[in-house]
Amino acid sequence: MLKLDSVSKVYRVGAFGGRELKAVSDVSFEVGEGEVVSLIGESGSGKSTLGRMILRLASISGGRITLDGRDITSIKDRKEYYRQVQGVFQDPFSCYNPVFRADRVFAMIKEQYFPQAGADEWRKRVEGALESVRLDPGNVLGKYPHQLSGGQLQRMLIARAVLLDIRLLVADEIISMLDASTRIDVLNLLADLRARGLGILFVTHDLSLGNYVSDRTVVLRHGKIVEMGRTDLVFGNPAHPYTRSLLASVPRLHAKWTDAVPEDVPCAFHEAPQESRTRPGLAEVEGDHFVACAGCGASKIKENA
Amino acid sequence: MALNVTDLRVYYRTLRGEVKALDGVTFSVADGEIMGLAGESGSGKSTLAKSLIRLDGRMRHVGGTVELDGKTMPLADDTGMDRFRFREVSLIPQYSMSALNPTRKIGKMVGELLDSRGERLERAELERRLELVGLSKDVLDRYPIELSGGMKQRVVMVISTLLNPSLLIADEVTSALDVSSQKAVATTLLGFRDRGLVTSMMVVTHDISLVYQIADTIMVMYAGRLAEKAPAEVLVTAPRHPYTKQLISALPEVGVRYEDRRLTGIPGNPPSLLKPPGGCRFRDRCPLAFDQCAEQPPFAEVAPGHFVACWKAE
Repeated sequence: MLKLDSVSKVYRVGAFGGRELKAVSDVSFEVGEGEVVSLIGESGSGKSTLGRMILRLASISGGRITLDGRDITSIKDRKEYYRQVQGVFQDPFSCYNPVFRADRVFAMIKEQYFPQAGADEWRKRVEGALESVRLDPGNVLGKYPHQLSGGQLQRMLIARAVLLDIRLLVADEIISMLDASTRIDVLNLLADLRARGLGILFVTHDLSLGNYVSDRTVVLRHGKIVEMGRTDLVFGNPAHPYTRSLLASVPRLHAKWTDAVPEDVPCAFHEAPQESRTRPGLAEVEGDHFVACAGCGASKIKENA
Repeated sequence: MALNVTDLRVYYRTLRGEVKALDGVTFSVADGEIMGLAGESGSGKSTLAKSLIRLDGRMRHVGGTVELDGKTMPLADDTGMDRFRFREVSLIPQYSMSALNPTRKIGKMVGELLDSRGERLERAELERRLELVGLSKDVLDRYPIELSGGMKQRVVMVISTLLNPSLLIADEVTSALDVSSQKAVATTLLGFRDRGLVTSMMVVTHDISLVYQIADTIMVMYAGRLAEKAPAEVLVTAPRHPYTKQLISALPEVGVRYEDRRLTGIPGNPPSLLKPPGGCRFRDRCPLAFDQCAEQPPFAEVAPGHFVACWKAE
């Protein structure tokens, strides 16, 4: 459904924009219908920039992003695009105007997208959307943002996106600000929406959250994909040293950190046969599991030879 | 005993009345103990940490005592606390990134800070301390803006421990960092204790799996009160308070997938601390609640070193 084809983003930095910073370089992956793809990376990996490009909040410097084969930048009517693709962001508290009641976000959707809907019919739809995110409409409608918890506000924002009958949700760190006892409810909610055929791009820095909910995982580092594929393969059998070190640093319950011994494993990308390099810069080490070069210097050796 | 807190109460003044953020907290931290202090937002964990350093204008010390190495700390007396601050109790603040003066080089700033406290420190010792946290001595000649977030965090950690405090409080020091820097910062904290630079430590966090990596004991707070304190291993594997149990089972781990095992959160919300209900504050969300919960359960020792505030904890 959504397809990224060697997407790059270059920011101008420094005084007068004299220098260039490549935040995202040549990233390609797909998000299918009813599929949760998690985009994992540390700060500066370009994961949020990718989310913003998909939401058309940032321009694309190179490559193409297509929705059902249509270049998203060619869709002139932004509203038409946002009927299908919506985003939810990290901080639910800053998404509401504290002066107005929280359900104003729904009224604004009606005004902008469904001006002809009748009041009764609209109320039913709002209630349906709230129930689909497991909120009791009587409990949250008519309340001000400060009267609701972070988890409730975040779920209302998801309900707002669901109202539009979207096909793709970009969820950028939506769990990070929530407490442990409520974050799992929001995660389960994403899984339920997936079952209804919604494609979800789940952007996170937390590997355990990504692992819990996603079908496929893309690991980013410095704007490049280092490893991607089916979640159980990427986490169960990580082929890139960066993924391994990330996994080793995740604090776990029931297991203490062990001091990672620097391992001398051959670079999975250059070990793989030439014909497995089915994507630019990535080798398919097993079915639906791609890995990039570990920075082993093998490419240089070849050039010299 | 390094730290003895008895029935500490600290309330916040607001326009609508007093918020009972810390309502009768009794515990102790032994010499050499690293205690993790975990809880969700609004549980009072940061209020507890702040109370031991400085009460800000809205906070009021309502009752209870705090003893450090046998000396009572005058919590409500802002100038009297100066004898303790930095020397006996030191804090690594939550936003270390913004704790450094941007107009001073690190070395000069540290010098001025020590001067203001009437202390002196050999430059060689300072360099040795920087080396311990993996920084080169060159950072002393740099401005804060030239350092990365993780480096600034480590500079602040060095400064906080310069005078070998008896108690070090680390308030959410890893929350803003990437997983790999989190690990580095957490192991550095452990190193401070192991090298005897600080006697004991309180690590405040919302991330139980992180604090489990380094803490000897973990204390869990809920709605301004203590729920449970136990050795880290025991708290994670065999918690006895229903809140701790549900909290730990709600944490997704690497390896747990939604399809295999669907985790559940804790239904409901914590009570408002403006007019908190009587009795056990977890009562409304607790699956085990019964009549006796209308009465506040004591924070009782159910096994050596294992304290629980629940009537049903056996």
